[in-house]
Amino acid sequence: MTQNENRLRRREVVGRLLADRGDLLVVSGLGSPTYDCAAAGDHPLNFYLWGAMGSAVTVGLGLALAQPRRRVLVITGDGELLMGLGALATASVMRPKNLAIAVLDNERYGETGMQATHTAAGVDLAGVAAATGFPAATTVREAPALDEAARTLREAEGPVLVVFKVSAKREPMVLPPRDGALLKHRFREALLGSAAA
Amino acid sequence: MVYSERPETARGALGREPQPPSAAGTLDWPLLVFEKLREAEVRQVAYVPDSGHARLIELCHADGDFTTTPLTTEEEGIGILAGAWLGGRRGALLMQSSGVGNCFNTLSLATVCGFPLVMLVTMRGEWGEFNPWQVPMGQLVESGLRLAGVVVYPVYDAALAAPAVEAAARIAFNGNRAAAVLLSQRMLGTKLFKD
Repeated sequence: MTQNENRLRRREVVGRLLADRGDLLVVSGLGSPTYDCAAAGDHPLNFYLWGAMGSAVTVGLGLALAQPRRRVLVITGDGELLMGLGALATASVMRPKNLAIAVLDNERYGETGMQATHTAAGVDLAGVAAATGFPAATTVREAPALDEAARTLREAEGPVLVVFKVSAKREPMVLPPRDGALLKHRFREALLGSAAA
Repeated sequence: MVYSERPETARGALGREPQPPSAAGTLDWPLLVFEKLREAEVRQVAYVPDSGHARLIELCHADGDFTTTPLTTEEEGIGILAGAWLGGRRGALLMQSSGVGNCFNTLSLATVCGFPLVMLVTMRGEWGEFNPWQVPMGQLVESGLRLAGVVVYPVYDAALAAPAVEAAARIAFNGNRAAAVLLSQRMLGTKLFKD
């Protein structure tokens, strides 16, 4: 179960999503998405989750509601999202226009031995998001569609979700800081100023 | 600390005349709790409904300054309030005691990062419970939360609900701690399962 049919490379996808990031606020789900975001370049406005599986969307939602004029991009994996599918319904109900969710779907639990997730059996995460009422939810399988997907995640009225069907090939680990208090303080300082840290 | 055992301390914190113990329904404790949340600059409230929280939820929804988020499961609220704090806003999480069990792994987000977290928990399975299915989780709440590193304020007297919320908010927002106020069935009234 270590390989799938997907051709997109996760690092290429994340590199594209975070290029010229401007004032984007980023929340990453535990495991590979956190390493992918670090590989694209550590940034104080990246809040990396290293645990609390299932929380990436909710952290992004709370941040989006608190900062309605800033774009919030959640970058997470299929297994992480599957643990908290209800969060998509909650995000849909709150309808934050500034919330975007990118799912790096390798159809595997990459941290635990590449066991298949439900998406390997056909569970359609974009379909779930659409069914909860997301105004935009799509699945991207080919590299030529990346630019438009990146634009959607950056500009479309949210909440918006894009699933990227990516290869299950492992990438080199790039580990960002994992001290939660440090990650929290530097994020708040970068966003709110030194008095808030 | 159990508030009902040290009423002087709690009432001193209230900053006005002590109030006699009150049965639910004779004291508008949800309004007093709401005022304490406002004073603590709480503006994002997330909840899974409970009858004991019904009025407080209504008050939050009715206040245009509040962003009030209904959840599908309680641990969503821990993530949402962490995100709110990252964005510079303070929050509170409302739930019934059965939902505490849903929160334990996600509580690590609050405790590892030092996110302030104010939880208001209405109790079941704790005082004169009719439904045996509520008892196992209800009996785990106080010790379970303490084991998870949460500061716990059990409240048995409606007059002490608002002071306990004030204390929890202070320790959460000043000390970057998770704090839970447990509102007993003794003050809420035990569900009778009658029409």
